[in-house]
Amino acid sequence: MSEVDQYRFTRSHEWVCVNDDNTATIGISDFAQSALGDIVYAELPELGSEVKANESVAIVESVKAASDIYSPLTGEVLEVNPDLGDTPEILNESPYEGGWLFKMSISDAAQLEELLDFGQYQDLYK
Amino acid sequence: MNKRTALYEQHIAANAKMVDFSGWDMPIHYGSQLAEHRVVREDCGVFDVSHMTVVDIRGEDSKSFLQKLLCNDVEKLVDEGRALYSGMLNQEAGVIDDLIVYKMADGYRLVVNCATREKDLNWIRDFAKPYSLVVLERPEMSILAIHGPNSIDKVCAILSAEDAASVSALPNFKGVLCGDWFIARTGYTGEKGVELIFPETDAAEFWEKLLAAGIKPVGLGARDTLRLEAGMNLYGQDMDETISPLSANMEFAVAWEPESRDFVGRDALTALKQRQLAGDLPVMVGLVLEERGVLRAGLKVITDKGEGVITSGSFSPTLSQSVALARIPQGSTQCQVEMRGKFLPVVLGKPGFVRFGKRVFKS
Repeated sequence: MSEVDQYRFTRSHEWVCVNDDNTATIGISDFAQSALGDIVYAELPELGSEVKANESVAIVESVKAASDIYSPLTGEVLEVNPDLGDTPEILNESPYEGGWLFKMSISDAAQLEELLDFGQYQDLYK
Repeated sequence: MNKRTALYEQHIAANAKMVDFSGWDMPIHYGSQLAEHRVVREDCGVFDVSHMTVVDIRGEDSKSFLQKLLCNDVEKLVDEGRALYSGMLNQEAGVIDDLIVYKMADGYRLVVNCATREKDLNWIRDFAKPYSLVVLERPEMSILAIHGPNSIDKVCAILSAEDAASVSALPNFKGVLCGDWFIARTGYTGEKGVELIFPETDAAEFWEKLLAAGIKPVGLGARDTLRLEAGMNLYGQDMDETISPLSANMEFAVAWEPESRDFVGRDALTALKQRQLAGDLPVMVGLVLEERGVLRAGLKVITDKGEGVITSGSFSPTLSQSVALARIPQGSTQCQVEMRGKFLPVVLGKPGFVRFGKRVFKS
């Protein structure tokens, strides 16, 4: 995976990493995991499902609250992180790498342009 | 500006994430709520609960006053230092607050909740008018709770030899006055431990000693999951002025005998008891979710006898499952919880999931 400063971000704290094979990996930001507190469970989208940008596709539950995860892009869910079932805490420990949520195809690359870059995202909560 | 305890600077220095709790800046966690929860179940942790309210009742009528004010009977406090959990009810038998009362040399000491401070003090002072006594709030006191299997050993290692001998000899639910420090074997986590009520001017130095002894600070977040695992109520969430002790798993704190004791709310509570005996009064139960997911307060419970509601729910770090307290129709045997449009089966049992580090929940 590439560096975090190459990721794109949503205002609802998801990140997108565009992979070499032109798929996208989706996760939540360090700010989001910190605000949620200890994460104990993640309900991930179904493999092969078609998801739309801004649609609620997953749920992350922390000791504190349940939080909806919105798909940043439109596409098909290709892979979900198999490690989150037994070790959801990797979402806290490694939000940008080991704690990724799912991989998806990119149906409309123009949607990437609507997302924030790392600097713009960081400015959101300065 | 919010109120701060005498240990505010120490919390910041320990990397606390501070949140507003009923007008107080309090530590919710110091990095990880789960790690803090586990440290209390497996070793020893310290909570600053100085936001809670200490009220001393002194004077010749103290006992008869508290026998009127509280649904539990301070007559049970046979010796000095003894502690009792009780509810303070309104005339409709709703719970104004839950509290701990200690018998002291010169009267009694109540520890009541933080969020209810003002209404409690008003209620107590109103009822106290005809009695010969003094109601004295003690805002200058810090309160620390130190809990976990190693808590007594670790605390005694810091105290003077004389105080350590007194504290280590205490049975559960009893306290002792060590100079102007009151140290009692009470708490709200389901682990053994002590609560210390002492002048806040001593707090910073003592806190540093605790940390140096390897006792970890624990925030209010873990306090909530610990008390939930122990099946203990949180005022304002599991019960309030519209709920009687009989529907909040608090009947153990109601002293029905002697029948002549006319405590506030007794008539209404007696009427509710008749409903309970007829099988027509909501009951508080414990729920365990065997599937993945987290039960939350406010979720609807569907049973074979009707509907109920979850009053407290979270993830239990000790059981690695979600647990909840819920109020449901009496006599229910089957339960489902509606979560995000799905109906999830839950196991029904008595409130109380973990004691002394071990699972105690039975269906």
